[in-house]
Amino acid sequence: MPKKLYNDPSPLETRILSKRFGLDNSETLATYLANDGFKAFRKAREMKPEEIIEEVKTSALRGRGGAGFPTGLKWSFVPRSSPKPKYIVINADESEPGTCKDRLLMEYDPHQMIEGILIAGLALDAHKGYLYIRGEYRYLIDHMDRAIAEAYAQGYLGKNILGTGFDFDLYTHSGAGAYECGEETALLDSLEGKRGIPRMKPPFPAVAGAWASPTLLNNVETFSAIPAIIRDGGAAFAALGTPKNGGTRLLCVSGHVNKPGVYEVPLGYPMLKFIEEIAGGIPGGKKLKAVIPGGSSCPILKANECDIPMDYDSLAKIGSMLGSGGMVVMDETTDMVKVALRIMRFYAHESCGWCIPCREGTTWLRKILQRFDDGGGRSEDVGLLGELSKNMLGRTFCALGDAAAMPTISIVEKFAEDFEKRLARDRQMVAV
Amino acid sequence: MMTFSPELEQKFAKMLTSYPEGKKRSAVVPMLIYAQDEVGSITPELIDEVARRCEVTALQVDEVVGYYSMLHRKPMGKYHVQVCTNISCLLVGGMELYEHACKKLGIGHKQVTADGQISLEEVECMGACSWAPAVEINYDFHHHVTPEKLDQLIDGLRKAQ
Repeated sequence: MPKKLYNDPSPLETRILSKRFGLDNSETLATYLANDGFKAFRKAREMKPEEIIEEVKTSALRGRGGAGFPTGLKWSFVPRSSPKPKYIVINADESEPGTCKDRLLMEYDPHQMIEGILIAGLALDAHKGYLYIRGEYRYLIDHMDRAIAEAYAQGYLGKNILGTGFDFDLYTHSGAGAYECGEETALLDSLEGKRGIPRMKPPFPAVAGAWASPTLLNNVETFSAIPAIIRDGGAAFAALGTPKNGGTRLLCVSGHVNKPGVYEVPLGYPMLKFIEEIAGGIPGGKKLKAVIPGGSSCPILKANECDIPMDYDSLAKIGSMLGSGGMVVMDETTDMVKVALRIMRFYAHESCGWCIPCREGTTWLRKILQRFDDGGGRSEDVGLLGELSKNMLGRTFCALGDAAAMPTISIVEKFAEDFEKRLARDRQMVAV
Repeated sequence: MMTFSPELEQKFAKMLTSYPEGKKRSAVVPMLIYAQDEVGSITPELIDEVARRCEVTALQVDEVVGYYSMLHRKPMGKYHVQVCTNISCLLVGGMELYEHACKKLGIGHKQVTADGQISLEEVECMGACSWAPAVEINYDFHHHVTPEKLDQLIDGLRKAQ
């Protein structure tokens, strides 16, 4: 049966990873095989491991979880000749506010991701993979368990896959509610049955990851891109995007747009065109005020900064990030004090408490913003929020401290007038 | 010693063989959350049982319970209503929806109705941003939820009792 999609696709999309979304029984192995499934694995089987990695490097694929690290380079860091077992860990802990794409990749096309994982296994001589899925996605854990069982039953997982002599076992692993576990070293601690606390790097997971063995961690979407890269060639994938920003990616647009949804576009797609034409523009003819380009940890953009191509480097140039693809659009009526407060409530809740600048910083920022929102703002607060945030930057083991500080710094700098307006209103209230 | 339903026992047996040899501790978090669904909460007996099965100390299990937001030491309702108010939901009425739920149920964050049937939680982003505002009841997602739609959902839960 064709599944009803969460949102209608747009004719302006370039559907590479999502091309099977909406097909009858798209989640089954039969549908996958009838639509190019496992052609890439068969091809990879004939390639040398270095050739697979080289193809991924050529594709200019960059990690789709948030950091945007070049995937081929990451694969090349795993010591293939290590006598220790090597592991593949798939990060399906999708928790960055604004992000809801990995859900669809697993729900509609689980075998595409499985094929990508197997190709990584061939490249790294790894034979076990762990799919770490956030606990809230229980239906997807069950769904992936069914897809994995189907793959085992038909010889696409397990011993001697497709008669190639290559063995691979894949397991699902449930999280239990923790944003922090999306950070790769915290995820590894969680996978080992501990609190998800980030580790000191180096050593990097490529050398000492899961159970102190060499480990490759990539996001669901990153693995899902691998079959197309191997099947059609890294150069073809790279050509879809812009230099050093290969391929397409799934953008999740939410907030004040007429057609919120998940849409696949090439890297470098113009942001304003995306908002206007794919996401249907802003309801009620209101004006654009701000955009969070790639999840709540990215510095916010003012409307006049949004006339840019969406690739990692263009966003970095204006001091923000493409992040996890979670784009949040805000119209002119949006109160940035409320936005800053809600974002900080999140980071204060999710800080694991390991690093003091993050634990104390997020707590105090939340308190100041709450006081401000409650009508008790002080004129020195705006400066204090910026200063406190800047003191958190780069002073924590993992990126959560930065993730909390960066949007706050950008909001108080770019939308100081929203804070001033509140102060003026509070003063008036006192005068009355 | 505790035992679980045959289905869960089967799941746990497989789970304990999923990890490398001597690494049964890895099963602690998944085992806790699956067991909680059956037992109702993380009880001291459950902690001991998970510790025994995963070959770790009870303390090593206990210390993770406070870290993960989905693990509860006290029972939640039979139906756990989770309303997201994070940024994407906030912009399209998530906070109003949560306040509506508080009024409708007469309870607040992490509280349970007097009959023990329904509990409420204001949750962080659960990955439904493009179809906001979102509510998850136990493990079922509901998208584009309005106050009216939430009323219907809650009335439906009450009838199902």
